[in-house]
Amino acid sequence: MGKTPMSRALVRRETISGYLFLLPSLIFFVGFVVYPMVMCIYTSFFDATMNRKDIFIGLANYKELFRDPIFLRALKNTAIIVLVSVPVTCGFSLWVSSAIYKMRAPIRSAFRCIFYLPVVTGSVAVTVVWKWMYNNYYGIFNYLGKAVGLLDKNINWLGDERFALGCIILILLTTSVGQPIVLYVSALGNVDQSLVEAAQVDGANNMQVFWRIKWPQIMPTTLYVLVITTINSFQCFALIQLLTSGGPNHSTDTIMYYIYYEAFKLYRYGYGNAMGVILAIIIAIFSAIQFKLAKADTSY
Amino acid sequence: MNNLNAGVHHTTPYKVITVILLVVLAFMFLFPLYWIVTGSFKTAKEINAATPAWWPSEWVLTNYEKLFTRRSAPLFDFTVPFTKTVITGPEVPAAIRWLINTVWMAVASMIITCVTATMAGYALAKKRFLGRGLIFTVIVCAMALPKQVILIPLIREMSKLELYDSLWAVILPIVGWPFGVFLMKQFSEGIPSEMLEAARIDGASEAKTFTHIVVPLVKPGIGALAIFTFINSWNDYFMQLIMLTGTNVLTIPLGIAKLQAENSTDYGLIMAGAALASVPILTVFIIFQKYFTQGITMGAVKG
Repeated sequence: MGKTPMSRALVRRETISGYLFLLPSLIFFVGFVVYPMVMCIYTSFFDATMNRKDIFIGLANYKELFRDPIFLRALKNTAIIVLVSVPVTCGFSLWVSSAIYKMRAPIRSAFRCIFYLPVVTGSVAVTVVWKWMYNNYYGIFNYLGKAVGLLDKNINWLGDERFALGCIILILLTTSVGQPIVLYVSALGNVDQSLVEAAQVDGANNMQVFWRIKWPQIMPTTLYVLVITTINSFQCFALIQLLTSGGPNHSTDTIMYYIYYEAFKLYRYGYGNAMGVILAIIIAIFSAIQFKLAKADTSY
Repeated sequence: MNNLNAGVHHTTPYKVITVILLVVLAFMFLFPLYWIVTGSFKTAKEINAATPAWWPSEWVLTNYEKLFTRRSAPLFDFTVPFTKTVITGPEVPAAIRWLINTVWMAVASMIITCVTATMAGYALAKKRFLGRGLIFTVIVCAMALPKQVILIPLIREMSKLELYDSLWAVILPIVGWPFGVFLMKQFSEGIPSEMLEAARIDGASEAKTFTHIVVPLVKPGIGALAIFTFINSWNDYFMQLIMLTGTNVLTIPLGIAKLQAENSTDYGLIMAGAALASVPILTVFIIFQKYFTQGITMGAVKG
């Protein structure tokens, strides 16, 4: 009899204190994340700009988007960046991690640290030095290319439609492998060693051990790496803004850069928000597909 | 057993090639950083040479001198609350002001994030109340969305709050980003419930339980989150770019981007700026590397 009011008091105390502990964080989260997200969707149905009341235009922004050749070009470039950089980043970091995770701790940390450096250096510092390396006259790429006989004359890497996007993807790769390597090294270190030993006793070779034993066990990490790399590649912005501003001839425009351009150069907020919504939907679909594929892969 | 030992010690050609390749790659990853630092000390002649100077033949400070004399800004300016009085500090090189702004922004984001996220993470992991599951789901969904799509609405919100073009416009959204809550929930799951139970039976208040039991137990998590937030806010270029425009509120990454836009071919000057932007943050990273790694791995454990 005495237990019920007691536990009810406890429930009340838990609820009140729970929400009190959450409150400060929730204020920031709702105020500066949830509210803008809702506003992003809402404003995408308006013709919105500075210093004027927004005008409701229904789906007109979305209709215009799919007829806008620059948007479609940006969509295509974004797709290329994602399709190249996601598999390469994941493959590369998995390879590096499996090569270093068994090394002695200081050496492993050193490698892990070096591959993480471009992330910490910051996108601006990384970008400006690469810009110099790509430079038409003083860049080391042209110098090296000529020194080993690959090039016979200087190439304007960032100003040439054929190379600009590739150059950007290369920088993007160096700044995206850091985090996956950290994750894979720790995941591989946590693989159940007794299973590996059992397989080796049974005469499995290294490849078999990797694909049959380790790969299924690091699947959750792979999934997470896929999702974060996809999001990162979709959001590739600083590189483009600082290196090419989307040029030459829109060959390096991405959705993220185009949103910035429409919203902060032309002040078309509604149109920019509509692009943001489309981008979010595409990322959600990609993540869902990756989840599905990864689930199917582990369940056999 | 023999088989195992053979696997560890036996050197195969494949292993030799792997190690060589790794070392080459490591050098390639280090090279941009090396190029920034050495470039910042090179003479204009060596910077613009068609044949690169791999090592500066003469170390000069001219690039840094240029960086620090280009423009000046007050060391600080502070509006006294509820008045129009502005207290301004002495004039210093603008780059110094940018550095101060960046440190202040990163430290403020870090402290507020750590406090709010530790509290929220504890509540989500250890408190049982209605709506907990829903709040957590919303947080995870928000994390999967690209942060940048909310930037346009954020700008208008900040203008309404009259925070646009102030460092708070960058700090507040960083604090709102729910990764910290997620990370601290992961760490708080490890707190033994019996300890919280015992504290409650002993009559400890919720606040006391939090400061005396929870905080000491999740200290490694707070360390990881602190360093993570510090580095991320330092390098969050996009957010800074759209929120900050006045010279007195520029951060160091923005300042360098501006330098680059104005003097796009003076690579010596730009490298000096890049060194100023990256060396402090790299030092912080190398010192606290252990916590950082831990934070990344904990944040990935699926919850």
